[in-house]
Amino acid sequence: MTATIKAIPRQTVANIAAEAIHVEHLHKKFGALHVLKGVSLSARDGDVVAIIGGSGSGKSTLLRCINCLENPTSGIIRVNGEEIRLKHDGNGSTEPRDRKQIERIRSRLGMVFQSFNLWSHMTLIENVIEVPVHVLGVKREAAVAEAEKLLARVGLLEKRDVYPAFLSGGQQQRGAIARALAVQPRVMLFDEPTSALDPELVGEVLGVIGGLAREGRTMILVTHEMKFAREVATHVVFLHEGRLEEQGSPDAIFGSPKSERLQQFIRRVT
Amino acid sequence: MTHSPTTASENHRPIGWFEPHRIILIVIAITLVTAAAVFMRWDWLPDYYTLAVAGLWTSIWILIVTCVFGFVLALPLGLAQVTGPNWLSLPAKAFCTVIRGTPLLLQIWLLYYGVGSLFPQYPWVRESAFWPLVRQAWPYAVLALTLSFAGYVGEVMRGAFAGVPRGQLEAARAFGMSRWKVFRRVWLPQAIQTALPTLSGDTVLQLKSTPLVATITVVDLYAVALRVRQDTFVIYEPLLLLALTYMVLTGLLVWIFNRLEARIPVRVG
Repeated sequence: MTATIKAIPRQTVANIAAEAIHVEHLHKKFGALHVLKGVSLSARDGDVVAIIGGSGSGKSTLLRCINCLENPTSGIIRVNGEEIRLKHDGNGSTEPRDRKQIERIRSRLGMVFQSFNLWSHMTLIENVIEVPVHVLGVKREAAVAEAEKLLARVGLLEKRDVYPAFLSGGQQQRGAIARALAVQPRVMLFDEPTSALDPELVGEVLGVIGGLAREGRTMILVTHEMKFAREVATHVVFLHEGRLEEQGSPDAIFGSPKSERLQQFIRRVT
Repeated sequence: MTHSPTTASENHRPIGWFEPHRIILIVIAITLVTAAAVFMRWDWLPDYYTLAVAGLWTSIWILIVTCVFGFVLALPLGLAQVTGPNWLSLPAKAFCTVIRGTPLLLQIWLLYYGVGSLFPQYPWVRESAFWPLVRQAWPYAVLALTLSFAGYVGEVMRGAFAGVPRGQLEAARAFGMSRWKVFRRVWLPQAIQTALPTLSGDTVLQLKSTPLVATITVVDLYAVALRVRQDTFVIYEPLLLLALTYMVLTGLLVWIFNRLEARIPVRVG
């Protein structure tokens, strides 16, 4: 376990800006509903990829396929160069072939959910040290020290012993970001992190995410905040009805959208 | 503005315990106990003291053992109904329905007089190492009470497991927890927190179910009271003492569970 974790950074040093996430010809069907129709996506180390698109365009599903929270119907997914081994599950879909492999890959992907999903029976600091201590095998004292740094960073150190139910939505989401950072993620996955927040709380969360983007963290960000996406993203992907309609730099996507659907979408949301 | 009597007593909180209504209740209680001690017959008590303590101990260990094993059995029963495939969830559902749908007395008797009376017919059972166990009454009592508790709590845990927010389980999976770790670190603790008030009630009910074991010759606290009545024809005094003892035990159980519940963070908004 430790050996494989150590091996990954060395590989990165040798190959600067290695491919962190690689998705190829991804299909996802929910029964008769064809949500993703052959999407390919790639993110190098340090990239901030924003996935935008209308409701039902498949952007959350795409993100959730990357760590196999949704099993793709077909396609190839590579995380830090390692392909997730999939097998057919007999119902026309796939599932991870090797449970240990997918658990190891997941443990280094920091996921932040729309509905925060902090564990409600643990205090904030317990939430943050949970994965380091119980999945990654970090010593408790070291994990607590690291967690305090992260909580200070998201401005929640004084709330360390508070249960999630006693925190505002914005505080919970900042706590969830600290929890994701605690696993020292190679890639951060954000699934509409501000969609469930009251408007006046959106700013504090975007502030934290923006800070992470500026320090060069690799992130994949599904978002409805177009202004924010334009500011922090290095690359923007527009999904429409399960297909990758257009992608490019933020200025290209928002400044001079080519496809008619993207033009419509941008007119609608801005 | 004059102070009304209620606000006055609110202001003098330090007196606390000795508010007027409490003093009256205490006086009534002391009167009742004194009257019971003076006017009723307690001369049998020294003779049966040792037996009563042994009976009390039997009641308590049967309660603890059946609750612990019943709860352990209830976890797979609840889990199977929530997440298991049909071939697991249907039997679990059936078990809970049968147990909850039939009287506990019947279950105890079916096990003791039914299954228990079959064993002696087979020589290999009599020669086996289990024979000293299966010829006694308490294993059947413990088994019946365990299955009963498992049936009721299995249903409670089904609801509790189903009530844990999916997103929290998903977050656990997303951070690389194995299935077992998701269960142990997130699913089970939260289900127990949800179920705790109900578990408290079920445990109290279980305590009050233990006297049924007296019907199959296990000498618990209730059996001792019966013995006193048979031997001495004193009827009310042992029953009163019995009622008092069960009330104290119930109070103790409720207190323990309240302490556990107090540690659960209360959800707001």
